[in-house]
Amino acid sequence: MTAIQVRGLRKSYHDVPAVDGVDLDIRAGEVFALLGPNGAGKTTTVEILEGHRSRDAGDVSVLGSDPGTANRAWRGRIGIVLQTANDAAELTVRESVRHYAGYYADPAPVDDVIEQVGLTAKAGARVKSLSGGQRRRLDVALGIIGRPELVFLDEPTTGFDPEARRQFWELIRNLARTGTTILLTTHYLDEAEALANRVAVIAGGRIVAEGTPATLGGRSTAKATVSWMTADGPRSTLTDTPTALIAELSRDGELAELTVTRPSLEDAYLELIGEPA
Amino acid sequence: MTTMTTAALPTTAGIGLARGAVELRQFFRQKDQVIFTFTLPAFLLVLLGSIFDDVYPGGVSVGQVFAASMIGAGIVSTSFVNLGTGVALDREDGTLKRLRGTPMPPTAYFVGKIVLVAVASLAEVVLLLAVGMALYDLSLPTEAARWFTFAWVFVLSVISCALLGIAISGIARSAQSAGAVTQLPFIALLFMSGVYIPIAGLPDWMLQVGSLFPIKWAAQGFRSVFLPDSMMAQEAAGSWELGTTALMLGAWCVIGLVLCLATFRWTNRRS
Repeated sequence: MTAIQVRGLRKSYHDVPAVDGVDLDIRAGEVFALLGPNGAGKTTTVEILEGHRSRDAGDVSVLGSDPGTANRAWRGRIGIVLQTANDAAELTVRESVRHYAGYYADPAPVDDVIEQVGLTAKAGARVKSLSGGQRRRLDVALGIIGRPELVFLDEPTTGFDPEARRQFWELIRNLARTGTTILLTTHYLDEAEALANRVAVIAGGRIVAEGTPATLGGRSTAKATVSWMTADGPRSTLTDTPTALIAELSRDGELAELTVTRPSLEDAYLELIGEPA
Repeated sequence: MTTMTTAALPTTAGIGLARGAVELRQFFRQKDQVIFTFTLPAFLLVLLGSIFDDVYPGGVSVGQVFAASMIGAGIVSTSFVNLGTGVALDREDGTLKRLRGTPMPPTAYFVGKIVLVAVASLAEVVLLLAVGMALYDLSLPTEAARWFTFAWVFVLSVISCALLGIAISGIARSAQSAGAVTQLPFIALLFMSGVYIPIAGLPDWMLQVGSLFPIKWAAQGFRSVFLPDSMMAQEAAGSWELGTTALMLGAWCVIGLVLCLATFRWTNRRS
């Protein structure tokens, strides 16, 4: 089943194209990451899919409806986790979640959701007293209280410290385990690698590559670099057949400091968006 | 999965009232804002009443007139000024963007704001009445007809000024500038509407401009409720002009609604 289908999506601001012919297919139950540098068209694309922004051209179907004309029932089936929000500062965590639960036909139990995002100890605290990471967890709670089939996460861990980031990833993995479709935008490659089943890279308003994090940009079939140390200093060779090369080299005994590397996701990504690696 | 899509969404009225409860809770928890919003009109009333101490023919003191007029100004403050800045803040801090992504019907947001403004305005009226009665011999009317006038002037003033507040919030580019954007017309019209300066002391052109806007009619409406009919002679028209008041405030409700619908935005403009 397809959760999101996009064909030929276009959007310009003052005649400057921000999204310039994007096609996307995201299956139900998938965690899909949209990667790209700032200004590549990520947020515009996602905001069109969320129904927040109009489009100039293209066919868009999200959970079977056009987000541009979707109704309340459709909004009840999606969950949006905002990138930057500082609202409801004076309410407590539980009050906010309970209030948002009141918008949906069949919300999840309030205390269960608070526990799911790890804020049980803070349930009675005012929102303004939360740390940045806790605040984003509350954003997730508000995004999933309506039991959405599809969740949008727009650069969710920007500004997190490494530990808060790992905890947040675990939260998203647990959400994915319940079968929720997740569309994630990020400019962190490790985040895409850690969470996503599939990745698309957007640059200059177009999708320039799409695949699993392991195969993106042909990195799994690219030439490997074999490096080792000789008495004359370090040596390295680019090869399509690293196994055969090592078998050949190791006939005379153990090779010092032997490594075999293929392009990292970062190498593949930087090449795709046209930056020198 | 099928039950999820067929279960009925909560009603707009129910969500609107829940929004009202959340708005009130947030408003009254900001203690500094509450104290300053509520006491400013009362403070100005005490200042004005201390500066001018004349007595009109018939024994009505200037303080009494100020107290009645200030009730109109107080309502404009708790509706127009409060929403002009409050909605701009909701736009800036992400409240509106988040709400836009939920199945909340937009009407429920406005119902919540009107609940907030109605409660805050009523509290403001009670405070100003208390000050007026304690310091300036203002007395509560006994005739039912005057209370009826009070009720419709209150409702029309709150609705028209709340809608205009929501409309003007869209002119402000940020929450920070919204305070200044709402204060300018508010303060200017307080002078031009005979709230700070008795009508007799205003140049004609100023009164004519003031008469185009709702504050003048709200203040005059409350004077008709709380002052004896002998004070009609002090009004520009020599009467309370209740029919014109209803017409002007009603017209501003319609204009406010049109402006709201034409200018309302869920997010700030792209920079």
